[in-house]
Amino acid sequence: MTGVKRIKAERVKNVKVKITWKEMVKQKELILLSVPFVVYILLFGYAPLIGWVMAFQKYKPALGFFHSKFIGLDSFKFLFVDNPDFIRVIRNTLAMGVINLVLGTVFAIGFALILNEVVHKTPKKIVQTVSYLPHFLSMIVVCGILKDALSIDGGIVNEILVKVNILSEPINFFTYKSLFWPIVGFANVWKETGWNSIIYLAAITAINPDLYEAASIDGAGRLRKMWNITLPGIKPTIFILLLISVGGVLNAGFEIQYLLGNGLVQSVSQTIDIYVLKFGISQNNYSIGTAAGIFRSMVSIILIFLANSAARAADEERLF
Amino acid sequence: MEATNIIYKKKRNKSISMSRLIVSLIIGLVLTGFVVITIYPILNTLALSFNDGLDALRGGIHLWPRKWTLANYRTVLHKESIMTGFYISVLRTVVATVVQLSLTALISFIISRKRFLFAKQISVLYVMTMYVSGGLIPGFLLNKMLGMTNSFWVYIIPGLVSAFNMLVIRTYMNGLPDSLEESAQIDGAGYFKIFVKIYVPLCKPVFATIALFIAVGQWNSWFDTMLYNRMNVNLTVLQYELMKLLSSVSQLSGDANQSAQSASSTAVQVTTTSVRSAATILTCLPIIALYPFLQRYFVTGLTIGGVKE
Repeated sequence: MTGVKRIKAERVKNVKVKITWKEMVKQKELILLSVPFVVYILLFGYAPLIGWVMAFQKYKPALGFFHSKFIGLDSFKFLFVDNPDFIRVIRNTLAMGVINLVLGTVFAIGFALILNEVVHKTPKKIVQTVSYLPHFLSMIVVCGILKDALSIDGGIVNEILVKVNILSEPINFFTYKSLFWPIVGFANVWKETGWNSIIYLAAITAINPDLYEAASIDGAGRLRKMWNITLPGIKPTIFILLLISVGGVLNAGFEIQYLLGNGLVQSVSQTIDIYVLKFGISQNNYSIGTAAGIFRSMVSIILIFLANSAARAADEERLF
Repeated sequence: MEATNIIYKKKRNKSISMSRLIVSLIIGLVLTGFVVITIYPILNTLALSFNDGLDALRGGIHLWPRKWTLANYRTVLHKESIMTGFYISVLRTVVATVVQLSLTALISFIISRKRFLFAKQISVLYVMTMYVSGGLIPGFLLNKMLGMTNSFWVYIIPGLVSAFNMLVIRTYMNGLPDSLEESAQIDGAGYFKIFVKIYVPLCKPVFATIALFIAVGQWNSWFDTMLYNRMNVNLTVLQYELMKLLSSVSQLSGDANQSAQSASSTAVQVTTTSVRSAATILTCLPIIALYPFLQRYFVTGLTIGGVKE
């Protein structure tokens, strides 16, 4: 391992090339080929950032960026002070984001640990193949399937719950506010557990097999080895993935909430993205929509940095 | 002496194998449960899609239809919007996969050249977009300004090069020996030729993986249709049509009156829910049909690429 690292380091040192006219002429083909890509990303990746000025203006499409009236932080004031909806929307987004993050991580690790205990190749392969499938289905399909399973007219969940006497009669799950977050959490677990476990399984295979052998000689059982070797072995992976996902906690909600939400559960289903869509696109209030979007981006960036410095303080794996 | 030893050993082995058996049994049960929970809802929707709609409201349909009918599928397939959606979905999937894969491969090749002066700057420019983006509204306005509303190209252009896919391909290309490039250069090949003649054939496994990601993403997307092409029935996609079916019953699911009404109006025994089941199955059919053949690509591709997310 160290040998590989050294070779890599040497190679990088070798190719340190200074920017000179001669070198540029030599590489003109590469430079010419890359120009369209640079233009493309500047246009589609960075030009939209200019649009952030809209949040500080009373933006009117007819007037454009330059002639719209500057209103300072009024849009933000509207969101946070004048309008109680937005605080609730933030709460919903955060709650569902955290639920998805925690459940997603726990289930993926648990699934990887259990799958790792399967010795026979064929059943392992079959379970893996099945578990990745839902990842490739669209959220719309997943919601369609979910609606069939939770349906009040003969859905399997109602049927089972009535049979074991938890419910006296079938209920319509989508009308209960208290059930909306659990349903969203379950849908995400159902869709992504197998897929998310791929990376943990890969991390487990990288653990030195000698450790297991030594533990067996010392008389450790399967659970013991799982707890004392496998879990510590994949801890860096868990940390890195958590760090990556923490920044995305507020991104964790559009499709499923949009598809499953309805008037009855609106107070718990609406997320920032839906709010932006509602204000920005449907009501053409670009200023409010952009302000809400900026707030989300800022929180994501702050969260990433916070998580990263927390990891640094704890002396764990970190992003940068 | 020896005999007792053997007996003792046997006993011990037996108790160990007993506990091993129990653990294996538990693992087996948990994983079977997992597979059942994953597969059952899909099969249930499949059964419902072949079942008579009104009959299904009585419940009790699990893995096999009780009252067979093709009426649900007939209703779906007779909808003109669904057929248009199917055509556009296939078209956008094919076009986007070809175009986006070629371009992502080319930029990955460029930034993985170790001698290239601006490799680092261009990578940073792309990777930054994974974390910082203008957001929905500025992006929407930009695309509108560029005339991409009511246009097929809004499906292709905005996601032309994805930074994540670029990183996967770059990692793979970095793993190929530098001597390939050097020896080809000595033979007088230019960079573009090296890319086409040497790197493209060598990168087939990772290309297969990325092509799969792009294709699935394209097939499954609907938000762009809703945002930009809602008004244009000729540019609708299958998922968006399914979404409309889904939301049309979202507040009425279980409302037998409404279902009966729609049944009597079409004079066949279909309900909004049964039609939705049929549309759901049709929409995920291509993915489920191709999945067994393609699944080995994404796993190998991912492990080679060394990244996920």
